[in-house]
Amino acid sequence: MRLEPVANPTLARQLGYLAAALAATVIVASLLAMLAGADPFATLGLIVKGAAGSRFALLETLNRATPLIFTGLAVAVAFRAKLWNIGAEAQLYAGAIVAVLLGTGAIGSPLVLPVSAAAAMLIGGLMLLGPVLLKTRLGVDEVVTTLLFNFIMLLIVSWLLEGPMKDPAGMGWPKSTALIAEARLPRIVTGLRLHWGFGLAIIAAVIVWIIQTRTALGFEMRAVGQNQQAARFAGMPVNSVLIKTALLSGGLAALAGWSEVAGLKGHLSLDLSPGFGYTGIIVAMLALLHPIGVVFTALFVAGIFVGSDAMSRAAGVPTYIADMLLATALLFMVLAISLTKFRVART
Amino acid sequence: MSQTLAGARDIVLRLDRITKRFGPLVANDEISLELKRGEVVALLGENGAGKTTLMNILFGHYVADEGSVQVFGKSLPPGNPRAALEAGIGMVHQHFTLADNLSVMDNIRLGTESLFLHRSGRAAAKIKVEALSRDFGLSVNPDVRVGSLSVGERQRVEILKALYRDAHILILDEPTAVLTPQETEALFKTLRKAIARGLSIVFISHKLHEVMAIADRCVVLRHGKVVGEVDTKKTERAALAAMMVGGTVTMPKADYREAGPALFRFVGVVTPNKGATPGLKSVSLDLCSGQILGLAGVSGNGQAAIADLVSGLAIPASGDVIVLGNKVPGWSPRMAIGSGIARIPEDRHKTGTISDFSLTENAVLERYFRDGFSKRGWMDWKAAEGFASDIIAKYDVRCPGPQARIRLLSGGNMQKLILGRVLEPKPDIIVANQPVRGLDVGAIAYVHSRLIAARDAGAAVLLISEDLDEIQSLSDVIHVVCDGRLSPAFKRGSKTAAELGLWMAGHGFVESGFVESGFVGYGFDEASHAP
Repeated sequence: MRLEPVANPTLARQLGYLAAALAATVIVASLLAMLAGADPFATLGLIVKGAAGSRFALLETLNRATPLIFTGLAVAVAFRAKLWNIGAEAQLYAGAIVAVLLGTGAIGSPLVLPVSAAAAMLIGGLMLLGPVLLKTRLGVDEVVTTLLFNFIMLLIVSWLLEGPMKDPAGMGWPKSTALIAEARLPRIVTGLRLHWGFGLAIIAAVIVWIIQTRTALGFEMRAVGQNQQAARFAGMPVNSVLIKTALLSGGLAALAGWSEVAGLKGHLSLDLSPGFGYTGIIVAMLALLHPIGVVFTALFVAGIFVGSDAMSRAAGVPTYIADMLLATALLFMVLAISLTKFRVART
Repeated sequence: MSQTLAGARDIVLRLDRITKRFGPLVANDEISLELKRGEVVALLGENGAGKTTLMNILFGHYVADEGSVQVFGKSLPPGNPRAALEAGIGMVHQHFTLADNLSVMDNIRLGTESLFLHRSGRAAAKIKVEALSRDFGLSVNPDVRVGSLSVGERQRVEILKALYRDAHILILDEPTAVLTPQETEALFKTLRKAIARGLSIVFISHKLHEVMAIADRCVVLRHGKVVGEVDTKKTERAALAAMMVGGTVTMPKADYREAGPALFRFVGVVTPNKGATPGLKSVSLDLCSGQILGLAGVSGNGQAAIADLVSGLAIPASGDVIVLGNKVPGWSPRMAIGSGIARIPEDRHKTGTISDFSLTENAVLERYFRDGFSKRGWMDWKAAEGFASDIIAKYDVRCPGPQARIRLLSGGNMQKLILGRVLEPKPDIIVANQPVRGLDVGAIAYVHSRLIAARDAGAAVLLISEDLDEIQSLSDVIHVVCDGRLSPAFKRGSKTAAELGLWMAGHGFVESGFVESGFVGYGFDEASHAP
């Protein structure tokens, strides 16, 4: 058995393998449900119902997708330029801190929302600037530096919540002072629990898509990612492109934390993100780094999380099944992608 | 020679009607080939004729769709390189397959035995290698790291590796592409010793005079088919050439031109060494309007440093780069492009183009930020596609269209797109680094005619090539680079290939007092040329 490259995979071939990946995921998920002692079809049905079966469920899924769209975009932008930003989690918390810093009375209405969003993006971008400068100047691997920043950031947040930012009225819980009403993102439709963060995420996806396909900067980002040597030879300012990519990527990740605080929670706590930064990598990879695709995969991933929660409550199957579902979905997707590019030949 | 020594004349290798298809392309079409003991068979053909595919099938890298391979009368299981090795086939690839960070000894033993042998085993292996290198005239120090060796020495390591594995059939893929004429002669001596010991050799090449010099028999491939099989003693170069390209292709010849004003100058340029590659040692050079300056030399002697300096990828450690009369303070690829320098890079796949980008995107890769291809940061893809379409039409780029990915194109068509990209803005200065490497004869003629036309229009052309024929037929003036030093300028026709070869090996520098005696050039085989 050996792999032979397929020069031009047809659309049918690509879609076929994607469908196969989805089917394989469902089969593995069913097996897992059976292992947990539940009826697989009922379990899957409960997940779908829990994710999209009612208006409440659907809105919950959209809310959960919001930070995933932002972190997914952050990863997609960076990975497209072969900048391996594993630190979306840290940048997310940086954005959340800025939302609290500026949203608890430091700035008054009506400037507080745009100013704190811009500041969050800036701080998130700057957080990625350090690792990128270390990479371009000294050749330090950004996978390591950005990853380590995640742990440093969690400790900083924990210190802030125990100290300077601690809510005096929080009865000792490690959470920050609540945002003032003007610093909260309004809801898209009054009375429904969906906030404008979701709308901003969609807009961000469209903007990123336009940048990548229509602007000179996007052309440079793609060129640097595809072949840095050729980009450098062609006169592209490779380091400056990487820095701009870092600012954009870090900024997008920061918006995830900012919108969670300003739109959903209203305060900062250590459980703000159940790993949105890391899940963003899955979201971006499933979308093949396409910014519009990120919106859809983020919805898919959010649906699995929300649906699994509901299913777990109803069927008594542990919520770990959500993580396993995502992991198997990602593995089968990666396999499907390679199979569209290669064919297995017998020797 | 072989006829007298190989009395048995038994057939050691038989390829029987090998057919290999890649999609609609038939790379090998019922190719049959026989190799006798002690015989050298040359496999002659243009790039894309199917030589490498055939050898990859023989060596088990590909599986033939039809046909069989027999070694010493036994058929070889397809798709199994290990079986090919064990059957006694040794292959020296065009691009060496050596580990730079390991010693010569370790490289030779890599893949055949554990590198963690006890001391007596190592000693025995070393004795065997030393005996082989003495017997075959392959002088190389077994203890040095391969990374510090010259190209010629690396090739010797590759051959030693094959001999160490007791290869009886040696396949050499374009072995002389990177050698000086003298090194080529040394290689031929080694090969003759090998034949005398009963080895058989398949010699892949497109250089006719070498084929005539070393081969007993010559098999000519064209478009995947055997178009002729001749005894080299009963044929001549012109006949082989016609057979190879299927007709006669007249190569463009440039008449000598007197130089115009210098457009680009190096004055005492020094660059640091890069690993085993020497830096430039006070190089001064004038690229003059209306002239082609040929830079000859064995690869890795400073050509890359010179090309990088002109292309804007490097700045000198000391000395001046003077462009159109102005000393450049900082220097970058973008400044080079802005100064009207057309750059044809050595590696068109890795440096010149981005494989997964379309022809349109590749066409504007250097100039997307100006010339109307973008306005205030917004790309004008219509204008870019128009430019790509112009190049496709004007430079005869055969492709599905401007939106096709460039990886689908052949090397020749890829190079035509690069030519169009850099020549359309009417450059003053052109640096062409190995512009025809890997191209077929038709594409070579095309590229050369374009360079000559640019020269006639007044451009200063720097032609860097390892192919002396190419340098001699195009250049108005020739410099040889060796170990980071530049020879004096030789006017067209004032030096023979052999004389240039001596300069390439570093000899001319000593004899003319350019450098202190005792200096030995890169890649020079001391053993076979010591006075």
